[in-house]
Amino acid sequence: MTFDEIQRRAISKWEALEASEKPRIFIGTATCGRSAGALAVRETIEAELERRRIDAIITEVGCIGLCYAEPLMDITKPGRPRICYGNVTPEIATQLIEDYIVNDNPCSDLALGTIGDGSIEGIPKFFDLAVLKPQVRISLRNCGFIDPENINHYIARGGYSGLAKALGVSPEAVIDEVWKSGLRGRGGAGFPTARKWKFCRGAAGEEKYIICNADEGDPGAFMDRDLLEGDPHSMLEGMLIGAYAIGAAEGYIYCRAEYPLAIARLNIALQQMREYGLLGDNILGSDFSFDIRIKEGAGAFVCGEETALMMSIEGKRGMPRSRPPFPAISGLWGKPTNINNVETWANVSAILQRGGEWFASYGTEKSKGTKNFSLAGKVKRTGLIEVPMGITIRQIVYGIGGGIPADKKFKGVQTGGPSGGCLPASALDLPVDYESLTAAGSIMGSGGMIVMDEDTCMVDMARYFLTFTQAESCGKCVPCRVGTRQMLDILERVSKGNGEPDDIEKLEKLAITVRDCSLCALGGTAPNPVLTTIRYFRDEYEAHINEKRCPALVCKALISYYILPEKCEGCGICLRDCPVEAISGGKRMVHIIDQDRCTKCGTCLDVCPPRFSAVVKVSGQHITVPEKPIPVSVSKGKKG
Amino acid sequence: MSKQLSQILDAYQDEKGTLIPILQEVQGEFGYLSEEALSEIAKFLEISQNEIYGVVTFYTQFRFTPPPEHTIKVCLGTACHVRNGADILDVVERELDIQPGGITKNHQFGLERVACFGCCALAPVMVVDNNVHAKMTVPKAKQILAKYGWEGKGT
Repeated sequence: MTFDEIQRRAISKWEALEASEKPRIFIGTATCGRSAGALAVRETIEAELERRRIDAIITEVGCIGLCYAEPLMDITKPGRPRICYGNVTPEIATQLIEDYIVNDNPCSDLALGTIGDGSIEGIPKFFDLAVLKPQVRISLRNCGFIDPENINHYIARGGYSGLAKALGVSPEAVIDEVWKSGLRGRGGAGFPTARKWKFCRGAAGEEKYIICNADEGDPGAFMDRDLLEGDPHSMLEGMLIGAYAIGAAEGYIYCRAEYPLAIARLNIALQQMREYGLLGDNILGSDFSFDIRIKEGAGAFVCGEETALMMSIEGKRGMPRSRPPFPAISGLWGKPTNINNVETWANVSAILQRGGEWFASYGTEKSKGTKNFSLAGKVKRTGLIEVPMGITIRQIVYGIGGGIPADKKFKGVQTGGPSGGCLPASALDLPVDYESLTAAGSIMGSGGMIVMDEDTCMVDMARYFLTFTQAESCGKCVPCRVGTRQMLDILERVSKGNGEPDDIEKLEKLAITVRDCSLCALGGTAPNPVLTTIRYFRDEYEAHINEKRCPALVCKALISYYILPEKCEGCGICLRDCPVEAISGGKRMVHIIDQDRCTKCGTCLDVCPPRFSAVVKVSGQHITVPEKPIPVSVSKGKKG
Repeated sequence: MSKQLSQILDAYQDEKGTLIPILQEVQGEFGYLSEEALSEIAKFLEISQNEIYGVVTFYTQFRFTPPPEHTIKVCLGTACHVRNGADILDVVERELDIQPGGITKNHQFGLERVACFGCCALAPVMVVDNNVHAKMTVPKAKQILAKYGWEGKGT
């Protein structure tokens, strides 16, 4: 079959589906949707449709990015725009079937927005919502709209036309097109993709390899998982285009084992590609032959580093080696190898489909196109977003994210995971591009973006990231193995209130040594969280060291919980819920926390009824309480 | 050599870079990597057991002992950390009286700390076997343990 025939068939199937007289129901069943209960919603919908004998088409789609509103369920009725509903429970799903599908009431109060032509009174347009308006969808173009297990859906929306175009021109012309787009690696470092390909194409040797790095190891990052679960073909098409451009016949996808759904969907996608002649010998009737294998990671963060990743594919301990030689010259099995990450590959397919100039029309002078971020932490609307480069952090946090929950104060934003840095409120108007983030001491990174509010302690954040990198250091080079350990020891003593006056200087010295002398990027970037928190939040370090006080009330060794005798009503709720039985008292007796036994989990503060608000959390402050429980009337009497 | 093991190994003839996939499949089949299995894999791949041991201990996925009935994984990714995931780990540690990496005496529960499940928007999360429990609190953690049959310390 020629590509034109494949495409025609896919489009006619898609159009028939769009023109269907049956109602259509879409459910987001990526991992995030499933965690929020999407599969239970699906079961309820199926049972309800069966019971009412309604003939509807159910499609499982990937994540559209609105994780805060999961599970999502969309309904399309013939001749009407699609309506997206959020926070759907089995009960709400049942209600929507009755109210909208049967009785034609669209339940606008439950709807988030409408998608497609036409409008419905009382429901805004989905893409006009504050969370979506600033976004531009290139790599995530199909997520939430297609069935990721159906290759026809991908093809009907332009899929594999980029590959067909590439196969019609020379490999050099393909590299030129990517050059025009200005695409830079989305894995974090931002190396120009076309330049990397050129090196590998020019490298001596017949046998070459292509690798997709899907070992998304940064804690707080889930962009690639969502992309693979929602639209695996966009990445796979990119790999094929890259393989053709470089002259590779074999490719590997290195995916972390923690993503079983992504791996399952990739396997289905590869199977369908084979059936369509898009994988194997003589792809689409051309001279180009290429095959792809999936390698599952076995749990090692360092394997996200390219040389370590290749060691792991070869079946060895995943330890990095020094470069040069770069993988483009000597990579997997000693052959020229080109590695890009999931998001980069998904952009490549879009670039070949729509042209390098179109892609370059988004973004800034040096950072073209869009970037995906997983927005999480202390922000109202968490989720997966794709924004044009150059957007400000303020637009992301306040525009897309809706600001900080409970009207707390914004403290900072962390980008780039353990390799990145914490940026303060003064960086809110910083444009998001490779150069600006690096100049501010952080990095673009792979796309984790964690928002922090006044309740986040920056010393604790630095300690947290160092704990992670120290544990994940492979141990091959001394600066990383020993240096991160020494830095962590200092951070631990500071957060326990045992910091010494010159600890900040010691940390800075160590950080620079580890940064400059480590073998690979794990060690080279591990000090970033420490350096940026010292640079922007030095006063917090000083409070811990000089005053033995944690201003954000986070570091457990420096905080205490007390029950204010004048406010306690002796209701017994905290006493009952305390997991370590550290609270004494009785009915109508003032409750008292045994400070030696308290583990500072904060449950008492959470459960104390707001009308009493008797529990307080303090640092560097002592509150006088009775030695033994006394009747509530006595303590009130004293006050009154 | 057991029949299952030889079946697994037979499928990997004439391929390169197969050590990790073999280990993964053997552990998937038997739940852990036994001494016997490692020695058979070494013979099959014609490499030393020492080399295999080096690989097995490098990656956190592999284990040398049979897995517990239920595995509890508490996420301490960045989003879970800023939303107090450590308190969830604390309460589970205390309830089960084990540290991460440990297994309860009755072999009912094992506890692991994990760096990120990618469910950051639902933080903090705790995963029991393959079920994700979102937006965890300390009381909720205790309820979930009870749901899986935990009867308290000393079990």
